[in-house]
Amino acid sequence: MSAIISITGLNKTYAGGFEALKNVDLEIRRGEIFALLGPNGAGKTTIISIVCGIVNPTSGKVLVDGHDIIDEFRVTRAKIGLVPQETPNESFETVWNTVSFSRGLFGKSPNPDHIEKVLRSLSLWDKKDTMNMTLSGGMKRRVLIAKALSHEPDVLFLDEPTAGVDVELRQDMWNIVRGLREEGVTVILTTHYIEEAEQLAERVGVINHGELILVEEKDRLMREMGKKHLTLHLSEPLDAIPSALSGRGLAIGGDGYDLVYSYDTKSEHTGITALLSDLRNAGVHFNDLETSQSSLEEIFVDLVHR
Amino acid sequence: MNFHAVQAIYKFEMARMFRTAVQSIVAPVLSTSLYFVIFGAAIGSRITEIDGVSYGAFIVPGLMMLAIMTESISNSSFAIYFPKFTGTIFEVLSAPVSYPEVVLGYVGAAATKSIIIGSIILITASFFVDLNIAHPFAVATFLVLTSVSFCLFGFILGIWADGWEKLTIVPILVIMPLTFLGGTFYSISMLPEAWQTISLFNPVVYLISGMRWAFYENADVSVALSLAMTLAFLIACLLVVRWIFKTGYRLRS
Ligand SMILES: Nc1ncnc2c1ncn2[C@@H]1O[C@H](COP(=O)(O)OP(=O)(O)OP(=O)(O)O)[C@@H](O)[C@H]1O
Ligand SMILES: [Mg+2]
Repeated sequence: MSAIISITGLNKTYAGGFEALKNVDLEIRRGEIFALLGPNGAGKTTIISIVCGIVNPTSGKVLVDGHDIIDEFRVTRAKIGLVPQETPNESFETVWNTVSFSRGLFGKSPNPDHIEKVLRSLSLWDKKDTMNMTLSGGMKRRVLIAKALSHEPDVLFLDEPTAGVDVELRQDMWNIVRGLREEGVTVILTTHYIEEAEQLAERVGVINHGELILVEEKDRLMREMGKKHLTLHLSEPLDAIPSALSGRGLAIGGDGYDLVYSYDTKSEHTGITALLSDLRNAGVHFNDLETSQSSLEEIFVDLVHR
Repeated sequence: MNFHAVQAIYKFEMARMFRTAVQSIVAPVLSTSLYFVIFGAAIGSRITEIDGVSYGAFIVPGLMMLAIMTESISNSSFAIYFPKFTGTIFEVLSAPVSYPEVVLGYVGAAATKSIIIGSIILITASFFVDLNIAHPFAVATFLVLTSVSFCLFGFILGIWADGWEKLTIVPILVIMPLTFLGGTFYSISMLPEAWQTISLFNPVVYLISGMRWAFYENADVSVALSLAMTLAFLIACLLVVRWIFKTGYRLRS
């Protein structure tokens, strides 16, 4: 079985009647890094909270490694580590104690060696006897990651792990995530930084208004991103693409005044030179031109505002 | 059974108590001692025996119960309210634990505190008055049952409360009057007829009466009734807790 998490027909209507999730279907592959993107209030945290057991689903089914999250919650929850969006801390406890507490809570017998390994990997070892309260924001976030990793989960949810985190710590986080993937941990993260998804994820899902509108291999999206658009502003409007120019992937826009040519910057021949001479031969004149690039961010914004 | 989880919660809560030992243990002992000084020594010297027991000794079971009830409620409600308030509760909700395990951890720890406090008060009291306990086993039974019941009650309160105000208002507006009118400082039989009847609607009367029976074999109501009331309260709280977790009330949206 390749899916470690399988969500089908998931709906969530909150007590006030707000529909936060609408019929979400999603499969997360074992061992992948999956980025869930979406604007504020899209429903990212809601999905995560349901899978982790913090929020009750209204309807639908969620399986973790083939086990139902409700009927077999002991099995599924033990497999999951969650780093929440907020950074709540047991203020008066030491780092060591909170992290050890998490391990026990998830049903694992004490293992100081593992806790030490986790703390060291997060550069928290020298803080182990420090009270949580006195840690910096970034450190607190690391403590939450340590807690989530304390019970050796198969799946790790990172809900906006790098929000409000400095550049250096962000790089650290990315390395940690990559390291976890090496160990076979499936990582699902949400983020508002498209760059983060680009850097880390193998697949990307986009959610908006509670609907999952796209799930795609990142590389495919990146290929999309590699596309540039050349827009020619014509002096005379066109009704249709002249037959001499068909088959070039041209599109008409701007009430016929714009001719848009999309091309791949990474390929050797962009075809621009040929296009321009063909245009002249076909008698199509233009008085201005511009080029633009569709970034993942643009694709994302585009999707979200559709 | 996720034994490690119960242990983790229990240990965590006990650690919290020892960290705040002054607040958790010294404060109730101090306030109880003050009651002894004021009611036992100052006023008690003017009151002769009640049912053959000196006034100072008479108030010991009630004072113990008073402390156990208030401490149980405040410790237990705080224990669950605080993680709800700070947000750390998410971890318990996402952990592979069933609700009886969560309750066992939190309420078990809170009840342990109450029992420790009750025992310390008993020892403190023995410095002020001569205590001859008639039924030590019954004392222990009432001590444990009351601690557990009121810790469960506190747990419910902590889950229900969505603000600090609610958390403190119930102990002050409901529990305090009930315990003060529950017969700690007097025997119900000393009241006028009408008030005696009204008192019988106060559940705390039965609890204190039961404890006093365990100490001195004198009671306002029969000990069987006291025990039955204590158990009824315990079961009622257990049912509410079960309902809370079944429905996710104020815990899972
Ligand atoms: N407990 C709740 N009760 C009612 N509505 C809620 C609750 N939690 C979330 N919502 C609503 O559900 C919607 C989705 O929220 P969610 O937290 O899942 O969004 P998100 O995608 O994580 O957003 P963000 O990027 O801001 O974290 C929001 O409109 C939010 O207001
Ligand atoms: Mg969120």
